[in-house]
Amino acid sequence: MAETAPTVLDVRDLKTVFRTRSGEVHAVNSVSFDLKAGELLGVVGESGSGKSVTMMSLLGLLPMPPAEIRSGEVLLDGVDLLKADARTLRAVRGGKVGFVFQDPMTSLNPTFSVGFQLREPLRKHMGMSKKAANDRAVELLELVGIPDARERLKDYPHQFSGGMRQRVMIAIALACDPKVLIADEPTTALDVTIQAQILELMADLQSRLGMAVIWITHDLGVIAGIADRVLVMYGGQIVEQAPVRELFANPRHPYTAALLKTVPKVSGEREARLTIIEGQPPMLTAHPTACPFRDRCAHAFDRCERENPARYTVGDGHDAACFKAESGDVMPEAAHA
Amino acid sequence: MLDAAPAKKPLVEVRGLKMHFPITAGLFRRQVGAVKAVDGVSFDIHEGETLGVVGESGCGKSTCGRAVLRLYDITEGTIRIDGRDIGQVPQASLRQMRPTMQMVFQDPQASLNPRMTVQSIIQEPLDEHTKMSKAEKREKVFQLMDAVGLNRRFAGRYPHAFSGGQRQRIGIARALALNPKFIVCDEPIAALDVSIQAQVVNLLEDLQKEFGLTYLFISHDLSMVRHIATRVAVMYLGKIVELSPREALYAEPLHPYTEALLSAVPEPDPVLHDTAERIILTGDVPSPANPPKGCNFCTRCPRVMDICRDIDPDYREVRPGRYVACHLYNETQDQTAGTTAAPVEEQEHPTRRVK
Repeated sequence: MAETAPTVLDVRDLKTVFRTRSGEVHAVNSVSFDLKAGELLGVVGESGSGKSVTMMSLLGLLPMPPAEIRSGEVLLDGVDLLKADARTLRAVRGGKVGFVFQDPMTSLNPTFSVGFQLREPLRKHMGMSKKAANDRAVELLELVGIPDARERLKDYPHQFSGGMRQRVMIAIALACDPKVLIADEPTTALDVTIQAQILELMADLQSRLGMAVIWITHDLGVIAGIADRVLVMYGGQIVEQAPVRELFANPRHPYTAALLKTVPKVSGEREARLTIIEGQPPMLTAHPTACPFRDRCAHAFDRCERENPARYTVGDGHDAACFKAESGDVMPEAAHA
Repeated sequence: MLDAAPAKKPLVEVRGLKMHFPITAGLFRRQVGAVKAVDGVSFDIHEGETLGVVGESGCGKSTCGRAVLRLYDITEGTIRIDGRDIGQVPQASLRQMRPTMQMVFQDPQASLNPRMTVQSIIQEPLDEHTKMSKAEKREKVFQLMDAVGLNRRFAGRYPHAFSGGQRQRIGIARALALNPKFIVCDEPIAALDVSIQAQVVNLLEDLQKEFGLTYLFISHDLSMVRHIATRVAVMYLGKIVELSPREALYAEPLHPYTEALLSAVPEPDPVLHDTAERIILTGDVPSPANPPKGCNFCTRCPRVMDICRDIDPDYREVRPGRYVACHLYNETQDQTAGTTAAPVEEQEHPTRRVK
């Protein structure tokens, strides 16, 4: 990833709120990030941290109401998607931006053949003839490593295994040569040996096709293996951003540092006891006026109760939303790696 | 070996356990085949230890755990728990033995009745199996809630009011209610977030120390199993392919499947990731209704030989405490007659890739 690569996607100050009967839920709060051409941006966070809602907000995929995008700009090639009309959005979804979801069984339509679902974006977005779309569909299935591609176009999703279905989903997302591919926990539902296959495939595809990828996951191991740069989300906010090696070697937000220590490893020294993060993730029912991590943080002090920290730059392409990072203190946990 | 404790007597002895589910077809539901979910599994679990069972989905690890507790009527095999044979005992007489053996389920949402309060959920086993007075039960429930780290004030609440990690604590308290010796934990942390997983695992370890519990810990998370288990059994398509003390297994996996499985686990360390060798298995797990001829792993094995496609390898002890079912370890058996000599390993790994 070169620093000079152009920015393809620029998200600024995105706020998404859900209105529910029991009040508002501030699911995404002032999220800003950019995506450079050809890079793989990893987004980690626990469930409820706002990673999926952020990505759904980008493309207007959330049901509104109850969702409401309060503010923000999502610039894709200079066009603000949040202000775009339905027609423009339709052209973007599945066209410039491909989406791969977590569960390939529920995101593929069980009543249409895989071939139909592959041809659909090609015909709609690229205006291809049926024949051309069919040939391209075969090409795509071969690209993602499905044997007997031409024969398998006639098959329905249930005739594919979990790993194969996820390959089909990736093929559909890649159909129109997207500039950006958003993958939302694409390997979470898969076994480790199948996950290894998909990760290898993704790395290969990205180096060949050169699109920018946003990869959402809760698995730090997956992030370590494929990402160039990482966003860590907690309580609807980005708490840390860093190049992948920097993040693992030198985490600057207490949440990142603690998260890295809670995960046991399959090799190296075995921990006698796992480090835990006490408490529960925040409820996000109120507009956050304090640091979302303060209740679980070992380093919290009075200022954390009063103010929500901004993202302070702590290094080259590295920032953390923590007052300790502002004052330049090094996390005691950071010494772990 | 530091983590092997062969001096203790086995609390659980399982021999040749088979659990086949019939496949029926046609108007008369005639049996046309069987899903061999568990197909001849043998292992011991010693008192106070944790046996980890790992494998991919569909390998039969959950079925194995449930069959050991006789939640199914097993097809074949013997199960001895705490000296009593429960393999073929009718369900009615099993009831009296239930207090010694309990289970913690994967999905705390589905395994807790949403219409019962925490108090009544934890108390239910006491109602069924003891003659305690109401006050005694109440006190016992409070003690259990303390033990698993739940606030006593929440006893009157319903499961929906709790987070995933807290719900799992309720399930654990219920399993502990009758002072069991043996608990089967079926993916107890799979549904939880990373930061909550560590809390529950630490709790399980504390309880094990406090009450001298023996666990069968089923999980697909190899790194968590390495943390919690004393010995580890690796299952593939209904069979145990390798069973070893934890450190030995992770340091030097003997079965090619174990080796591939371990190398597929993404390490949370980018530097290690770039240098680590990994084996990418091709294809998917075959159907347990129609397993391949010979060794079950022969269709995906990077070190497959001709013999593997014909003869199913025996499950045998190839080194002290290490059991493997693989033809790669055959010759040594003949040469060394059970001494500690290491099997000759092949140096070439044709499908290995370096990333």
